[in-house]
Amino acid sequence: MSVLAPSDHDEIQAAVAGALADGIPTEVRGHATRRGWGRPVQAEQELDLSRISGIHLYEPKELVLSAAAGTPIREINEALAAENQHLAFEPPDWAPLYGGAAGEGTFGGVIACNLAGPRRIQAGAARDHLLGFTAVSGRGETFKSGGRVVKNVTGFDLSKLIAGSFGTLAVMSDITVKVLPAPEKVRTVLVFGLSSEDARKAMSAALNSPSDVGGAAHLPAGAAARSAVDYVNGAGTAATALRVEGPEPSVAARTEALKRLLGEYGGIEELHTSRSRTLWAEVRDVHPLLPQGENLIWRVSVPPAGGYAPPPDAEYYTDWGGGLIWISVPASDDGAPPPPRVDGGHATLMRAPASVRGVVAVFEELPAGVAALSARIKESFDPERVLNPGRMYPGI
Amino acid sequence: MKMPAPDQATLARRQEIVAKLREIVPPGPLGDGVIDDANTLSAYECDGLSAYRQLPMVVVLPETVRQVSDILKYCHETGTKVVARGSGTSLSGGALPLADAVMLGLGKFNRILDIDYANRCVVTQPGVTNLAISDAVAADGFYYAPDPSSQIVCSIGGNVAENSGGVHCLKYGLTTNNVMGVEMVTMDGEIMRLGGKHLDSGGYDILGLINGSEGLLGVITEVTVRILRKPETARAALIGFDSAAAAGDCVGAVIGAGIIPGGMEMMDRPAIAATEEFVHAGYPLDVEALLIVELDGPAAEVDYLIGRVREIAEGLGAGYFRISENDEERENFWAGRKAAFPAVGRITPDYYCMDGTIPRARLPEVLTRISELSEKHGLGVANVFHAGDGNLHPLIMYDANEPGELAAAEEFGAEILRLCVEVGGVLTGEHGVGVEKRDLMGAMFTEEDLKQQQRVKCAFDPDSLLNPGKVFPTLHRCAELGRVHVHRGETRFPDIPRF
Ligand SMILES: Cc1cc2nc3c(=O)[nH]c(=O)nc-3n(C[C@H](O)[C@H](O)[C@H](O)COP(=O)(O)OP(=O)(O)OC[C@H]3O[C@@H](n4cnc5c(N)ncnc54)[C@H](O)[C@@H]3O)c2cc1C
Repeated sequence: MSVLAPSDHDEIQAAVAGALADGIPTEVRGHATRRGWGRPVQAEQELDLSRISGIHLYEPKELVLSAAAGTPIREINEALAAENQHLAFEPPDWAPLYGGAAGEGTFGGVIACNLAGPRRIQAGAARDHLLGFTAVSGRGETFKSGGRVVKNVTGFDLSKLIAGSFGTLAVMSDITVKVLPAPEKVRTVLVFGLSSEDARKAMSAALNSPSDVGGAAHLPAGAAARSAVDYVNGAGTAATALRVEGPEPSVAARTEALKRLLGEYGGIEELHTSRSRTLWAEVRDVHPLLPQGENLIWRVSVPPAGGYAPPPDAEYYTDWGGGLIWISVPASDDGAPPPPRVDGGHATLMRAPASVRGVVAVFEELPAGVAALSARIKESFDPERVLNPGRMYPGI
Repeated sequence: MKMPAPDQATLARRQEIVAKLREIVPPGPLGDGVIDDANTLSAYECDGLSAYRQLPMVVVLPETVRQVSDILKYCHETGTKVVARGSGTSLSGGALPLADAVMLGLGKFNRILDIDYANRCVVTQPGVTNLAISDAVAADGFYYAPDPSSQIVCSIGGNVAENSGGVHCLKYGLTTNNVMGVEMVTMDGEIMRLGGKHLDSGGYDILGLINGSEGLLGVITEVTVRILRKPETARAALIGFDSAAAAGDCVGAVIGAGIIPGGMEMMDRPAIAATEEFVHAGYPLDVEALLIVELDGPAAEVDYLIGRVREIAEGLGAGYFRISENDEERENFWAGRKAAFPAVGRITPDYYCMDGTIPRARLPEVLTRISELSEKHGLGVANVFHAGDGNLHPLIMYDANEPGELAAAEEFGAEILRLCVEVGGVLTGEHGVGVEKRDLMGAMFTEEDLKQQQRVKCAFDPDSLLNPGKVFPTLHRCAELGRVHVHRGETRFPDIPRF
């Protein structure tokens, strides 16, 4: 398969125009670290964006950063860390989930997949931080949307459509995001030995308290044992984790409040900044289910109090206060779908061989009306279906 | 402002349309379902941008989603235009009626459907006011964060359509960041649910697109919003400076120090004078710029951070610093700011509220140029400013009874907005494009940018029946927009590396 590697916006435009003229279905990618996510793309050429790289605007006091889409996410994280700032949506590093090296991946990939970590419950996902972008549509035309300021309602918010479109609408060349101060301190309150139902109640109590919890996860015993954090792996039982972040006096007060609130649920331990960072990176990066061997991995988003129970033979852990369940199930040709949700939600098959992803609905099917509308949206950007055809749904 | 010429064939069918709407929405316990007499219709002739007025052809006030769907289906089949309306407080003419359109009012969708603390959300009908949501959960210690100054009247459906902001959006996000789901009816009558009580729904983020779509993509019939636990404490500081530049520096320095306050507002001297006279909030009158900085969270955090803010402000030469000692005093600090628009309304026959956003560092320069423009046009101006996020509200003072003053105010406003774009900002931060800024869109977007937005509109409403004449300066036919133009040959780069 041929690979086009444009080095600037005009070359992207030329590449897409060429693909359009010749009717060549094209796979759009950065470092290809998440290629295993989604339906296999039937492409005849690749458009590699990793040469379009570099941060060209970063104003810490304005809380804004712009960079080329192919910029390594590591480079962005490092630039922000040097100013004590970060991407508050906490983009996960799922390269290892797909068999790649940790730390790889591009800025564009993070946005196109609308990534979010444990702080999603408090700070949102990539979609909530994308301020604007420049792109080439599947029509081979350059357009931009949004800007570099947070308060902006000028025209439709196409940033929302692009975030999470998996490269099926347009090829982003340039991206502007909101950045935020990184918290000075992090602490985690651990509650040991809870059943999943009690864990859900404990997380709910914490999230409904004024302690401003920015992370709520439950690791059943098996998942806890895989943690690199001594207090977690050494407990020999399930661990429920609540995170607070901020200036020292604040995290100290909130930790105490949470310990008082949760004491009745079980034994309590407290992690300080360094151990906390390790634990939450693990939760973020699906570490508790890795290595998955031959297993399939599902990610299910549900109302946190919906009472969703994973299949009995599954390994799992929950994040987002119970609103996100990561499930590892033994391989099967039909993708071993997780049980249906009683109260709404969405399931995604995150990791499976291409043969399974070709036949199973990787992203759970949409209701008919929404599916038809989504097809018309695809049509409005990429009528000839040259960009990542079929990556999300048949025809999209 | 030119609106599309009314369609004579539609006007000729008015009686037939009224009769059909009566059939779909018969009079119910909440009163008449259809309004067609000129007297009652006049209550709908404008929104918050009252310089523009137009009687609607007819108003329909459905009570159920089925009725909304039937109305839209009928209008779709007969090629009849529709304008949705919440509380009619839009400041950009988004809810301005059209002479040949049905106005679909959502005032009867006024019930909160579900308060769900376990999932930290509220499911509500779109006609419920913004404040009513916070009020419904206040006794249990919760609130809905986005708080536009119009929150006593504006509807949550209107908030979604405009992606409204408020003073607390700096820390807690805009409407779009706090809406988890909607039920929406598209122009062909299709009822769809987007999002819900869960966070990820797969597929394109149509929910995100609906926020801020100004009633052009669908009619919102239900909204699920995230609610937050009220912070344990909140304290506000009033900080006075002898120049806007120093106040602007202070805002940058606070954020640069890693502090994101719950709210951070600025007023200039004319705005301080007008609000103090109206509300008696205790503002200092001898400063050029006043900041209100509110910190919220656990008491330990608030006390600590307010100390740091004080150090920063005094280091930058703040001549006035006062911290609220209790909630009553804090609310008093805010009362002035929240009443800034009506306060300015008291000292001038008319005022015109602008809403550009700028990169914050450009504030001193932008304020200087606004005062130059003020002199040029011979009209006074007071500035209130969501300082934390760069959203500027210059209030241009004029008298509509003086010939030429409205036109001068509009020209002054347009120049301010072009200035905002010139320094890297945008035309509207939270009030929407509507009809007001429609013809300025070219200052920010290329023809191609606007065409792509209109293609998205075509995916929802190919006949352009929903709120036409708003947002886009030029109406293109969807068939024309849909055509693919292959540019190969002219633009192809032969030297793209291939591996
Ligand atoms: C004094 C004053 C202060 C204000 N302060 C602020 C502020 O601080 N921040 C801010 O952001 N705004 C502010 N506004 C502007 C205004 O209140 C907001 O834009 C508000 O969200 C409009 O809500 P509404 O219910 O009045 O909508 P309307 O004015 O009725 O409609 C606004 C737009 O939304 C569409 N619409 C309404 N309901 C629906 C629905 N259910 N489905 C689809 N489309 C719909 C309409 O077609 C129209 O395009 C202020 C206005 C005033 C008058």
